Amino acid sequence: MAKSIDVSDLNIYYGDFLAVQGVNMTIKARAVTAFIGPSGCGKSTFLRSLNRMHEVIPGARVEGKVVVDGQSLYGPSVDPVAVRRQIGMVFQRPNPFPTMSIYDNVLAGNKLNAKRMKRAEADAIVEKSLRSANLWNEVKDRLGKPGMGLSGGQQQRLCIARAIAVEPQVLLMDEPCSALDPISTSAIEDLIHELKTDYTIVIVTHNMQQAARVSDETGFFNLKATGEPGHLVEFNPTKKMFSNPDEPSTEAYISGRFG
Amino acid sequence: MTDLSKAMSNTPETPGTPPPSRTSVPLTAASLPSVAQLIVGVIGLAVGIFCWLILGWPLIGSAVVGGLVYLVGLPAWSLAVEGKRAATDRMMTGLIWTTFVVAMVPLVSLVYTVIDKGRRAISGDFLTYSLFKTALGQPDGIYHAIMGTLIITLGAAVISIPIGVLAAIHLVEYGKGNRLSRVVTFLVDVMTGIPSIVAGLFAFALFTLLFGPGFQGGIGGSVALSLLMIPIVVRATEEMLRLVPDDLREASYALGTPKWRTIMRVVLPTTIGGIITGITLAVARVIGETAPLLLIAGLADKTNTNPFSGAMSTLPVQIYSFNSQQDTIPLAWGAALVLIVLVLVLNLAARIIGKFFAPKTGH
Repeated sequence: MAKSIDVSDLNIYYGDFLAVQGVNMTIKARAVTAFIGPSGCGKSTFLRSLNRMHEVIPGARVEGKVVVDGQSLYGPSVDPVAVRRQIGMVFQRPNPFPTMSIYDNVLAGNKLNAKRMKRAEADAIVEKSLRSANLWNEVKDRLGKPGMGLSGGQQQRLCIARAIAVEPQVLLMDEPCSALDPISTSAIEDLIHELKTDYTIVIVTHNMQQAARVSDETGFFNLKATGEPGHLVEFNPTKKMFSNPDEPSTEAYISGRFG
Repeated sequence: MTDLSKAMSNTPETPGTPPPSRTSVPLTAASLPSVAQLIVGVIGLAVGIFCWLILGWPLIGSAVVGGLVYLVGLPAWSLAVEGKRAATDRMMTGLIWTTFVVAMVPLVSLVYTVIDKGRRAISGDFLTYSLFKTALGQPDGIYHAIMGTLIITLGAAVISIPIGVLAAIHLVEYGKGNRLSRVVTFLVDVMTGIPSIVAGLFAFALFTLLFGPGFQGGIGGSVALSLLMIPIVVRATEEMLRLVPDDLREASYALGTPKWRTIMRVVLPTTIGGIITGITLAVARVIGETAPLLLIAGLADKTNTNPFSGAMSTLPVQIYSFNSQQDTIPLAWGAALVLIVLVLVLNLAARIIGKFFAPKTGH
């Protein structure tokens, strides 16, 4: 199910403004890849370009190639909607649908696309997804209650359950723990560990310890100077990155001697 | 350079001097007794009644004098005992309550008068008979006007709700500040200000062009009312749609949902309560329109349920007609009460529906 992603010479623009320049990397299947770097350096923009979510912002466009499993995401006849069905996303702030119950939130990906299924099949998907998101035991008795009634950490795990209920190839996470307390964060990190046996996971984080804890490979993004586009400084296995990075600026950032 | 040095020398602070030693500020202060408000209020009331009954001043003048006594007396007393801040607080509180009462007076008076005068006319016969007499001594009724108002307003709603809601969806979801959406927004703003008689003239001219001179019918009234209703529906829906956080749209896109399904299944359900409230307010706004209906829907004594042919009475026009003859003025009050109750029922229905559809928080 999981796929690798090849990115070559990717430039991302907002209108005329070049936000991210010249990214080359290969994101491994069934592994966790983390992106770190200062705010505004284009980590999130780059992450969103991996499932064409950046196109939601008017004027955003991309040059270069993103290839998933031999298919270019930016080919002329590629439907962004189809891309997003393959590559799911979890956002910084938990965003369950306020009109839907917990049960319906998990099934949202199927229901919104008017996919018909039997009740038993739907129940199975809900239970499997919630179990994978480590949320089943907490909510199994109140599946009919609104998703907004859960705590922040539970809501975020509900959003992860919702994202994996449609069985994507890749799961993108944009600072999924930045709005959460340490205990919820730890629950989600455990979850990421479990999910990587089935999914390719890409995570953006501001928390260096988190990157070191959960990821197999790490990319460090940085700006050359204020107003310049962001670029990928270094991309290496996490162990090497946090012990013996190639670039001095990576070491400076990781050890807190940045700026 | 000299300006700069002047500015520098203006700063009084000289570095190095120790800050003056602080004295502790007491946390308690003198305050008026808790019945102070009541006492001044009673004095103001007494002065007002004195002016009205003893001096024989007009009621409104007496009320103003009594109010002024309260508005000046309480802050003055407070200033003497409590200090400036508390006095200001008491004065502003008094002013805000006064403006509130002044705003409520006409409303309460209007509702009271209509209920008082209207309830005498209301009866089962009044609501179930029309003005069309088939027998001598048949009671007067406004059934025909109630039906006319409901049919014409329903027609206006059927025309304006789809146009208004869809236009708002285009403006918010697809327009995003392009030229077309700016023009539409401007036109909607202009339409909000159209006098209702102009909308009536438009409908009249339109139906004269289509069906020849002298056309009268409920559908014309519906068209005229929809012209007044569309801008309100567009505005209300637009505001509600803008309140939906982009987070929700992105969450839906990220699940591989096309844009139109996102709008139908996520954006609209989230905000449907507010949209329904806006639509009801628009209906309440047009249900009492008289001028355009007088022009195009006309006046008829007989119950007419076919909006496509023949004159059709509506409550506002019927009220106007009742009011023009001395002996039917009580009927005008009765019809006015029915109209107000209709609007009230619509508002209540909108609130209940809005509550029912509102997103659940789970608390």
